[in-house]
Amino acid sequence: MSAATEDPPWLRRLLILAVVGLLGLFLLLPLVAVFTEALRRGWAVALAALADPDALSAIRLTLLVAAIAVPVNTLGGIAAAWCIAKYDFPGRRLLTVLVELPFAVSPVISGLVWVLLFGAQGLFGPWLQRHGIGIIFALPGLVLATIFVTFPFVARTLVPLMQAQGREEEEAAATLGASGWQVFRRVTLPNIRWALLSGVLLCNARAMGEFGAVSVVSGHVRGETNTMPLHVEILYNEYQFAGAFAVAALLALLALVTLGAKALLERLGGRRMGGAL
Amino acid sequence: MSGMAEAPGSILVAGVTRRFGPGVAALDRVDLAIAPGEFVALLGPSGSGKTTLLRILAGLEFADAGTVAIGGRDMAGVPARERNIGFVFQSYALFRHMRVADNVAFGLRVRPRRLRPPAAEIRERVAQLLALVQLPELADRWPEQLSGGQRQRVALARALATEPRLLLLDEPFGALDARVRKDLRHWLRRLHDRLGITTVFVTHDQDEAMELSDRIAVMRAGRIVQCAPPAELLARPADAFVAGFLGEAMSLPCQVQDGLAAIEGFEPVPVAVPPGPAIAVLRPHELGVQRPPPGEAANGTIRTLRSQGAALRLGLEVGGLALEAEVPESGDFIRGEAVRVTIRTLRHVFPQLEAGSEAGRPPPGPGCRLDRDPVAGTCGAAGQRAPA
Repeated sequence: MSAATEDPPWLRRLLILAVVGLLGLFLLLPLVAVFTEALRRGWAVALAALADPDALSAIRLTLLVAAIAVPVNTLGGIAAAWCIAKYDFPGRRLLTVLVELPFAVSPVISGLVWVLLFGAQGLFGPWLQRHGIGIIFALPGLVLATIFVTFPFVARTLVPLMQAQGREEEEAAATLGASGWQVFRRVTLPNIRWALLSGVLLCNARAMGEFGAVSVVSGHVRGETNTMPLHVEILYNEYQFAGAFAVAALLALLALVTLGAKALLERLGGRRMGGAL
Repeated sequence: MSGMAEAPGSILVAGVTRRFGPGVAALDRVDLAIAPGEFVALLGPSGSGKTTLLRILAGLEFADAGTVAIGGRDMAGVPARERNIGFVFQSYALFRHMRVADNVAFGLRVRPRRLRPPAAEIRERVAQLLALVQLPELADRWPEQLSGGQRQRVALARALATEPRLLLLDEPFGALDARVRKDLRHWLRRLHDRLGITTVFVTHDQDEAMELSDRIAVMRAGRIVQCAPPAELLARPADAFVAGFLGEAMSLPCQVQDGLAAIEGFEPVPVAVPPGPAIAVLRPHELGVQRPPPGEAANGTIRTLRSQGAALRLGLEVGGLALEAEVPESGDFIRGEAVRVTIRTLRHVFPQLEAGSEAGRPPPGPGCRLDRDPVAGTCGAAGQRAPA
């Protein structure tokens, strides 16, 4: 960096301090608070709160929803990124904007959309009711809402990378006799794997933590359609602070593990590829 | 068709047109015939359609009209992966997540199981190819650890691994520095002479095209203007564009009347061109420069002087035009001197075309006219080599 673009040392130190301070205040402190609050009355109480049947059901449901939504969004995200980055077609820009739509709209609306479509008074509601198919206030609704909210993560991490890498490696593979699947499996996928993993992990973190959209479609049936974030809210509203914070702490832990895994993968990937991530 | 047309490396392009969106065609009714074992350059300024033509040959792009036949077989609907054509990209397009050896082995490893050589044979073949491109010690490197010239040769080894019947190279030396470029050029030509594989490469560098190829297809605005051996292009350019594009050339507008071309600043020169506006193409050695003899006026001024060993390079100003002349290193000219500039020979004068008129366009040069037989046809048999 040249002297002309370098800020004076005191300014640099001040800026760094400000950022660290803000992060500490708004991110670290709440996290610490969650864990201390969860363990205030000891491990035994916290674990007992997690062992409650309703809590266990919420944990199971959360993992199940993520286990469905994340693979769907992984495939969908790869497909969308592939289309945007590798093909030229009318409406490509529109698709780029659409991919980001779930980030732009409020999660409540993301949930409401499904109620309007599949709810009792919704567009397909009566038909679904006649055939005994429950989407809203049931697992399918939770999965749909989660998929909608978390769709952009994979696509958005992949698009810039795939655009930067261009089409030529795929074309080279084709001239060398590779079939479409071989091109994807042997050239495209290895080139995007680290970004893909990072996108999948972020998608997973959000899928497990989503509140707004899920809250609208869930119906809050305890032990049946409550996910972890919803369960935390219910417990909190019922003044069961120990339980609320115990489940919240577990949720936060899942997020931290996810982020840790992402950082680790990025470091591994960076080293292996000589920084070509 | 004659027997030679079915030879594995022959190419026959007829009436190929390609449009990207409405408006100007990237390729406009292109005809080209290439014999097995030939080394042909597609030469032209950027945007002339040369890369599009190369990509159509490879099956990476498709023609809107016209036909492409390779080895006597119509390529319509044949995807790139079934054409068995080696393609070297301008950016090399090495697989960045594979080591050099795996890059080279790729084309063999993706074959269906029954056609795939055993692993040991693939290893051996890769070693042979890396030896061929003189990089045997780099087998375990990653592409990003290689220099541009090395990447280029790895890309070539990878393209040759499947024993293609045709090798296509897009600006193969474009991204290399001047010295490496020169070495690689010679090496590529020797390699071609050894393997005898039909090779087509795209370049905008006329030196490269002149030095390497048996024949050059000069392209402009989506058409092949002329297709002939390098010497013939220099001696008998089809039009002002070819004459001006090849070799060092100056294009001067002039007016032809009564068999004389009037060029501003010079005395009229006799030419065999119909009357009307024309373009005279001059090369620096075709100009003569002297001190004006007594009684005669000077018509130019020396602006720059540069010694080039046996010759002297003069930057001249004649009648408001900036010209370059090359004269023997004898006259002791000085900068700013008023001199008499003459045209010693005027080889290339072309009637000027009306701008934008399709009718005014010249017919394709004699080298491009399509013949039933691409080998014995008019396509510049002089420059052909026997397939090795």
